[in-house]
This record gives sequence, structure tokens and C-alpha cells, in this order.
Amino acid sequence: MSLIEITEVKKRFGDNEVLKGINIDVAPGEVIAIIGKSGSGKSTLLRCINGLETIDEGSIQVAGAQLLPDEVHLKALRLKVGMIFQSFNLFPHHTVGGNVMLSQMVVKKTPKAEAEAMARRMLDRVGLLHKFDAYPDELSGGQQQRVAIARALAMQPMALLCDEITSALDPELVQEVLAVVKELAREGMTLLMVTHEMRFARDVCSRVVFMHQGRVHEIGPPEEVFGAPKTAELRQFLGV
Amino acid sequence: MSYTFDFSWIGAYLPVILKGLAVTVELTVVGGLLGVALGTACAWARALGPAWLKPVVAAYVEFVRNTPFLIQLFFVFFGLPSLGVRMSELEAANLAMVINLGAYGCEIIRAGIEATPRGQFEAGASLGMSRFETFRHVVLIPALQKIWPALSSQIVIVMLGSAAVSQIAAEDLTFAANFIQSRTFRAFEAYMLSTALYLVLAILLRQALRGIGWTLFPRRAAR
Amino acid sequence: MIEFTTWDILRNLLLAARWTVVLSLVSFAGGGLLGAAILVLRIGRGRWGRRLAKGYVELFQGTPLLMQLFLAFFGLALFGIDVPAWLAAGLALILWTASFLAEIWRGCVEAIARGQWEASASLGMGYFQQMRWVILPQALKIAVPPTVGFSVQVVKGTALTSIIGFVELSKAGTIVTNATFQPFTVYGFVALIYFALCFPLSQASRILERKLNVAHRNH
Repeated sequence: MSLIEITEVKKRFGDNEVLKGINIDVAPGEVIAIIGKSGSGKSTLLRCINGLETIDEGSIQVAGAQLLPDEVHLKALRLKVGMIFQSFNLFPHHTVGGNVMLSQMVVKKTPKAEAEAMARRMLDRVGLLHKFDAYPDELSGGQQQRVAIARALAMQPMALLCDEITSALDPELVQEVLAVVKELAREGMTLLMVTHEMRFARDVCSRVVFMHQGRVHEIGPPEEVFGAPKTAELRQFLGV
Repeated sequence: MSYTFDFSWIGAYLPVILKGLAVTVELTVVGGLLGVALGTACAWARALGPAWLKPVVAAYVEFVRNTPFLIQLFFVFFGLPSLGVRMSELEAANLAMVINLGAYGCEIIRAGIEATPRGQFEAGASLGMSRFETFRHVVLIPALQKIWPALSSQIVIVMLGSAAVSQIAAEDLTFAANFIQSRTFRAFEAYMLSTALYLVLAILLRQALRGIGWTLFPRRAAR
Repeated sequence: MIEFTTWDILRNLLLAARWTVVLSLVSFAGGGLLGAAILVLRIGRGRWGRRLAKGYVELFQGTPLLMQLFLAFFGLALFGIDVPAWLAAGLALILWTASFLAEIWRGCVEAIARGQWEASASLGMGYFQQMRWVILPQALKIAVPPTVGFSVQVVKGTALTSIIGFVELSKAGTIVTNATFQPFTVYGFVALIYFALCFPLSQASRILERKLNVAHRNH
């Protein structure tokens, strides 16, 4: 059974129809890259999956549960699907450790000692245990993004949504973040990534989705999508 | 006609002065704490609250900010009893100060909340926090940190404005000065002394608020 | 027992409100002139001028307006000067207003980017020319919203002059309450009249601020 089922999802912003009927099924352990020009609806689709945007038509199911726009369903959904943002969005008034512990204690009511232990494990996993007591503004962009990943992982999600997580980073910092993501993929985490890192998508992803003007234009394993683009739009996007 | 200054009465009236100081300090502390609490609640309501609540809070804020504190004080002390609510001078003074600071605090804190980057709200939401949990744990402290200087200034202003409570016979520092003046006829000296004491209080209060800011908010500035 | 109609009450209050308006205008105008002078000292070259201005501002901003009114009224009277309530009220309010306006305007001048000073200096302008042609025109523009906003504080400040006996709106309120024993109605009307005076000024300040920001964004 699919972990995430997206069926005929449509989304409008005023008069502008940004998603025109998206159908994607994501199996557990899949790593999916979503590529396309800006304005193609990639980020909007991702944000619909964890309820940051509401959908106008269609349905989204995660682990068999329907996504409905009320507080209870949204909260249950967000505990299953985590998100990493382009601008990290770490909490500036908490330490690195505090950032990773906060939502565990507030949302899952985890006792402090347990939350701290989990935080340390997750920070170790992303290679930043030694920064436990530092504040976000003392870290580089790449380090902050890795903390953001640890923060999402600490909630033990089934899947992670990555919204252009390396786009705001200086080039030399991109690799440290991608290394962490590669490791997560290897360990079997389900990932949906909006990305411009084509080489990464080719190496790590099981499927690539090319979006164009609000629709899934092409979908398939990376060898097919990158190696043998079928449509003119994809060819133009890849520059071949 | 020449005038000779005479401060000899200070010793005899020291208890009166000290009581006045104590009352002014109490009004400031209670007014400050409860006023900031009320202001925070109202700021939340205006920025993030339900649609029906916003105009109610807006009406309260606009009314308080566009009428003099003295009139608000008279309204609470003289006006409410005709509705059956009775209270002492000190209770009325405290209530009026809380209502006053609450309205100004609301606008100041609201500015801080509205300056919060949208990403902070989204991060809280995507971690499963409810809107209130996001407000309490993610938004509130950085917002307060941002506007702390403006809020501190307002608290000092309210403290200085507390002089008006003498008019409903609450025994604050101004009341003490009036009392001394009426007994000794040393108006200038009495008022000079109390003015100097207010100045000292203002300076101390500003320092105290700065110190509170340092302890409440992590030394690393929020970015 | 004299019966007072609602209109009797309102009429008395509105008549007294004229004095609130007059006192506010006088204080604002006088305070503006004095405030400008203090501003010049405050940002000027002379070290003692700056200190004097700074001390003035800290004194008048760090003490209650009510105390300043008392000192003006009772204090001066003891020197043998016969000070009518309106004179003490006007004097104290002018001095108080001046300190706040000077600070508000100082903030506006200092908000002008350093680059403006540097550019005009490298074009050969002297201090007064810089102020006259480059800095003050820009500072004046951003000064308008907070200055209009402060006028609200001036109107509210006139309420305290009732305590030294000046018969304006608040004093009339007290007198009428004592005659009619209807504090809720009377002070309710008083509040509404102040609101009617202040709210338009508050709104004007907000609208001006928004217009200004729009102008800035178009740069």
C-alpha cells in the first residue's frame, strides 16, 4: 500500500490555478525528486501534503488516513510527515538542543529527559552533537539546515518533505546537507524533495517527477527522465 | 519679595513620603505586570485571534488610547459605583493603570508579533504545534524581545502618569506632596522633592526594565 | 432640586471643550517653536548646548506632567508672582511638549542615512547648507506622522490642567458631576468628547504613516 496517495489534487490562488489535477502515489522508502520551472507548482504541492496549503479538489491520504483540514487531522498528519524549509526556520530564542527538544515536549508531551536523549541522538545523526548548546545565529547555513533536519527527525515521521532545502545555501555548504539526506535515504526514509540539484536527484532518487504548469508532465526513474526525456518541455528544462 | 527655601519639614513628614513612594511603586509593579499580561492577551487577539474578537479589542484599545488617563480613572472610581461596582481608591487606581497599560501594550506587542517571519509560524505548524502552542513557544518571546525597549518606555510613561491617582485620594507620592503642601505651605519645596523622587524612580525603573530584558531574553540577539 | 437634562450636561461640557482645544493649540504651537530650538541645540556643535538640551529633555520626560503643572502653579505663586491657572497650564504644557517634540524630531534627523551627509559634504556643502537642502527636507517628511501622533498626547495632557483649576473639559466634568450626581453619564460624555477630538488625529497619523511608507517603497 502507498504511504502517500495524492489523487486529482487541484489548488487555486484566486484566479490562478496552480495545481491542475495531480496524481502521485508514494511507496514507503521511495525517494522522489520533484523538478520543474518556478511557478510550476512544485512547492505548492509539497505544502499541500502537510496541510500548510489547503486543497480545493481531490484528496490526499497519508498512511491510510485522509487529510482533512481540521486541527485534529492536521496535527495527526504533521506527526507522520515532517518538513524541512528553504529558509531553515530555526527558533532563534532556543539553543540547537532546545530547537530539537521543543516540539517533542510540547506536541508529544515527551518528558524532558527523554526529549533530550532523542535530541542528542538526532543531532549526532546529522553530525552536530557538539553544537547542542549553541544558538542558531552562531551556526553556518549548512549547519542550521542540518539542525532543522534533526528537529524534524526527532518527531519520528514516516516521511520527510524537503522544500528546496539547499537553495538558500552557499555552494560549499550544499554538500554537507545533501550527505545527510543521502544517509536518510539509505536508511529507508521516505522523502519527497523539491530540488534543483539534478546530480543528487539522479544519484539518490528512485523516481523523478517533472512538473510543468501545474501538472505532472513526466514521471519515472531518473535514468528515464534525465536520460531519455519524452516531452519538449522537459528537454527544454534540462537544456538538452 | 525674596523667598527662602525651607526643607526642615522633611524629617517630620518622612513617613508620609515613604508611604507615597511605596504606593507609587506598588501601582507601577502591579500595573506593569498585569498591564503587560493584558496587553499580550489583547495583542494575540488582534494579531492571531478569532475574527469576532478583533473589533472588540480594537474598540477597547482605541478608546483607551484616545482618552486621558485622568478621565479613565474617574470613570472607574466614580462611574462604576453607579453600576453597583464599589471599590477602594487603591483598587480603582490599580485597575485604571492596568486598563491603560493594557491598551498601549497591546499595540506595542502586536507590532512585535506582526514582525515575526512567516517561516516561524510554518515551522511550528509543520512540527505539529497548535496555533496557540506556536504562539506560546515560538512567537511570543522573540516578539517581546524585539519590542522590549518600546514597552519599557511605555511602562515608565505609565508610572509617571500614575501621579493622577492622587486625585481620587489614592495615597501615592503626589498625594503625599499635596498633603505636605497643605500642612506646611511649603509648596515649592514639597513639589521639588517629589519631582526629584519621581525622576529617581524613572531612572531606576528604566534600569530595572533593562535588566529584566537581559535576563528574560537570551543574550544572543534573535535574528 | 434642580433637574438637569442630558442636553444641559452636554452643552456645558461642549462649551468647556473649547478651552481644551485652545489650550492644546497654544501648547502645540509654543511647544513646537521651543522644541525646534532645543533640537538645534541638541544636534548642534556646541558640547554644552547638547548637554543642556539633553538635560532638559530628560528632566521633562522623566517627571510627571502633573508635577510640572504643580510647580508652575503653586511654585511660582510663592515667589509673589500671581499666576492664573491658564498661564501656569500653558507654560507647563509648552515646556513639556517641547521636550517630546525635540526628541521625536531628533529621531527623524538621525534616521536620515549617513550617506546623505557624506554625499552632500563631498559636493562641498557646509553644515547649514546640508541641513537646509538635504537633511531637514527629508527629516521633516518622516516627522509628520509622529508629530501628528503626539498632538493626541497634548490634548490628553490638557486634562491634567483641571487639577490646578483651569476650567477645561475635565474640570467641567467634575463640576457637572458634583451638581448632577450622574458620574457615569457625565464622565461618559467627557470621554466621548475627548475621543472625538483625539481619534481623528490618531487616524490621520496612521494614514500619513502608511502614505509615507508607500512613498519610501517606490524608491
